[in-house]
Amino acid sequence: MQREQIAAPSSPKVDSRIAALRRLALIPAFNEEDSIAGVIAEIRAADPGFEAVVIDDGSKDRTAQVAEAAGAHVVRHPYNLGIGGAVQTGLQYARDHDFDVAVQVDGDAQHDPLEIPKILAPIIEGKADLVVGSRFLGEGEYEPPVSRLLGIRLLARIVSMLVRQRVTDTTSGFRASNRRAIALFASDYPHDYPEVEAIVLLFRHRLKLVEVPVHMRLRGAGESSITFWRSGYYMFKVLLALFVGLFRRYPTPLEDHE
Amino acid sequence: MTPFRVSIVAAIAALLLLFAIFELIRSRRLQERYAMLWLLTGIVILILGLWRGLLSTIADAVGIAYPPSALFVLAALFILLLLLHYSTVISALADQNRILAQRLALLESRLEEERPGG
Repeated sequence: MQREQIAAPSSPKVDSRIAALRRLALIPAFNEEDSIAGVIAEIRAADPGFEAVVIDDGSKDRTAQVAEAAGAHVVRHPYNLGIGGAVQTGLQYARDHDFDVAVQVDGDAQHDPLEIPKILAPIIEGKADLVVGSRFLGEGEYEPPVSRLLGIRLLARIVSMLVRQRVTDTTSGFRASNRRAIALFASDYPHDYPEVEAIVLLFRHRLKLVEVPVHMRLRGAGESSITFWRSGYYMFKVLLALFVGLFRRYPTPLEDHE
Repeated sequence: MTPFRVSIVAAIAALLLLFAIFELIRSRRLQERYAMLWLLTGIVILILGLWRGLLSTIADAVGIAYPPSALFVLAALFILLLLLHYSTVISALADQNRILAQRLALLESRLEEERPGG
């Protein structure tokens, strides 16, 4: 596959250690034609050195066309695979095209691309293989409904116990992976609701996780995909997967492939 | 008939079922989303096995004179639902399979066209 070179020079604001990395913005999108162009433009404005790849997870609207027109590379799933499949496809793209870091940004504009440097910092400093942007580390104007907050807290508790480090936001989709995490997740990524399990999987492979505080914008168009009944199913499924995962044997750390 | 012994046997069977499901998930031969129905089944059998009165209560409530009949009715209904569920799953898989085949065929024909001298 040949890739287009990004002509724009790196803006002076970009940290030279970040500029030295081949960096990919990975945007999973399902029916986001209204917001996707804005997300891509914001990422480019914040750091023109990012290549943007949109994983169109079987959208029924014009998400793919809009994203392409906005200058992103678009990978289209023939049908909807769910967020886990979309993210994994993006990470496989990152692996196959030899990127150093892949930053996952939601297609619905709830993440602020200006915060990407914050998310990359622990990777540059060699402190993390996966960095998760947490909504609950003090920058918080984000206030979910009580029922969801309880679920989020419970999952944070359980995951913190499993990975023996404090984790505050297990479901955040604003995250960055380095080469090791990309290699791991490209070959093994959870299904259905993957964010929580991915953190534990990372730990079981002895890769490092760091959380950094981020803002969360309120959702513009569209509601959360997780409704009341689904959240019951969600909790049960995630807890089951975490429990069974405890009894799986994992290989020792993945080597940097190459 | 010794209800106690029946309870024990039913409970052991349920536990074996639960363990088999667990092992299938662990070895990645069964995805969690499909395992949940089976786990529910195992748990219901376990509860009915240990809590003898429950079946009679259910039978009374729906007007079935002979409690074991209620068990058969419940089991048959559940199996029917499970089969219906799998029919929908198979339908989805068949659809996806068709789409994949179409995509692949179109991709192949495009590669064929682009091959120099082809």
